[in-house]
Amino acid sequence: MDAVVADSHPAARGSVACRAPDLVCPAGSLPALKAAVDHGATCVYTGFRDATNARNFAGLNFSLADLEIGVRYARDRGVRVLIALNTYPQAQNYAAWCAAVDRAAAVGAHAIIVADAGLMAYAAKRHPNLALHLSVQGSATTYEAINFYADRFGIKRAVLPRVLTLGQVASVVAHARTEIEVFAFGSLCVMVEGRCQLSSYVTGQGPNLNGVCSPASAVRWTETAAGREVRLAGVLVDRFAPGENAGYPTLCKGRYEVEGATGYAIEEPVSLNTLSLLPKLCAMGVRAVKIEGRQRSVAYVAEVTAVWRAAIDACICDPEHFEVDAAWDARLARLAEGRQVTLGVYHRSWR
Amino acid sequence: MNVSGMDGAATSVSRGSDAQQARLRLALGPLAYYWPRAQVHAFYEAVAGFAVDVVYLGEVVCGKRHEVGFADWMAIARALEAAGKEVVLSGLALPESETDLRILRRVVGNGAFVVEANDMGMVRLAAEAHVPFVAGPHVNAYNLATLGLLRDAGALRWVMPIDLGADALRAMAPLPLPVEVFAFGRLPLAWSARCFTARARDRAKDDCGFTCRDDPDGLALATLDRESLFVLNGIQTQSARPSSLASVIDEAAALGVSVLRVMPQSQHTAEIVRSFRDGIDGRVTPEEAARTLEALTGATRPGYWRGAAGMGPRTEARA
Repeated sequence: MDAVVADSHPAARGSVACRAPDLVCPAGSLPALKAAVDHGATCVYTGFRDATNARNFAGLNFSLADLEIGVRYARDRGVRVLIALNTYPQAQNYAAWCAAVDRAAAVGAHAIIVADAGLMAYAAKRHPNLALHLSVQGSATTYEAINFYADRFGIKRAVLPRVLTLGQVASVVAHARTEIEVFAFGSLCVMVEGRCQLSSYVTGQGPNLNGVCSPASAVRWTETAAGREVRLAGVLVDRFAPGENAGYPTLCKGRYEVEGATGYAIEEPVSLNTLSLLPKLCAMGVRAVKIEGRQRSVAYVAEVTAVWRAAIDACICDPEHFEVDAAWDARLARLAEGRQVTLGVYHRSWR
Repeated sequence: MNVSGMDGAATSVSRGSDAQQARLRLALGPLAYYWPRAQVHAFYEAVAGFAVDVVYLGEVVCGKRHEVGFADWMAIARALEAAGKEVVLSGLALPESETDLRILRRVVGNGAFVVEANDMGMVRLAAEAHVPFVAGPHVNAYNLATLGLLRDAGALRWVMPIDLGADALRAMAPLPLPVEVFAFGRLPLAWSARCFTARARDRAKDDCGFTCRDDPDGLALATLDRESLFVLNGIQTQSARPSSLASVIDEAAALGVSVLRVMPQSQHTAEIVRSFRDGIDGRVTPEEAARTLEALTGATRPGYWRGAAGMGPRTEARA
């Protein structure tokens, strides 16, 4: 960990009061949105039921009618709704993405989470009162990149890719002219979001243009003499021994052979959990922590939101003596992918 | 800034003033791998004699690589310029630290050459410094609105993201910028904070020992049933097999593409350039050029170009 850099920040050393970061929770459905609101979210992020967002999965996301109900429910309880429009439109479908921006504004969203610069320009011009957040899919890893969007479109907030160490996050916070949001919990993308074509290389569909990763239609499970095999568009991603926990086959979490050694050559199926870093994140001025998982269950949203609410409240109340409650960790571990958690890249040795 | 002549022919076409098809130019993309210093110098001495019009120089993948420093790249750039090449200095695709930003500022402030921005941070640095830039393949520019913003920020040319193809070009015409297409090489598929080469060799990124220097074409990764799938190149993941658009040279030209980009490999780069040159100049048909390259390098047929999976039609390569 970049403890030296992070701890040299004045707020990290002493008793400077921390400001509570927004707790930004996922909702892939109206019941999930209500669960997030009821369990202590500050913001809930959602998406329309189409390719305009990066969780374009069957049965997931919001119709306009549900979103109207959801925005009202959240607003009545002082919670802000953010709408992810974070895939990249092309000439053929550009009008549909612009229409989605218009719908987000009409439904009363507090902000839209956008990756594409062109779409941001459209939103800034047409809906000056709709706040703009730079999506993690925008791949902005430096304050120079973030300030590009701040200069031109007056974005309010940028979500950092899960690439930077704590020290690097602190540097971005210090120099960016926007609020900074970081990922706090959930599935871990080992690749920079918006910079990964592994899925599209094998299946023809990926996060940037289609809002999907490893589309279910391309997945095939087969029982073989060597074990249970899972293929993506014909490419063998993993093979499981009897009784082995078999996760969803994304290419980055497959098992491969490199120089004669077999294993998770890119990333193990683990989840990110940064509870223990909360005081440092608050002290360095991170304004929002994000929970991943719009594709997850209502129970997941409720549980993760509740734990993080309790943790943030405890941290703000007494940052110097903040300790992670073992019960929180146990509750989160039950929900984690692969049931294992990591500090991820915030801990420098992960890299 | 020696921008005179940069894309002159292509610009006139994109303005629509000239119905004639512009001559397709050939570029050598930036070296993605970490080669020993002597090998880099020898390679670019040979490049002076290659039939390429444009040469991209500099480190794109890892800010820690130091065999060839900024002053060396500048010397190589001047030598290639003297040999008649249009030189572009490329920037890091994934700047993370203040050190990385310092590297980018030095590239932008080189005072002599156009630059290639591979990240919005470098776009901003170039725009602020009024330095003309090529919007590289790692800038997510997928539509006309974004291209217009880049042009207004000082972009001279757009390298199409690897996952766009002929249909996208057709739908975007007329383009506000000359377009360059990634035409040959292992596809740059993904970027990470993690160094996969160091990980494969049980080393921490901060103490990597520059082990990627042992892999002149990246470190091969195969599936459990021994299909060559990816190549690990530090923080970058590439396709195992090179992707080739040689078979669609004429189609690309007809769609108004200005520049075809060929990527350096440790083997056969001269032959690859020659095949493309022969295809562009009509000495061989595109199909003949494509077959030559397939036989030589195991290159795949167009995938993304056809709106399909990037790996193209499946002809399995066994490790």
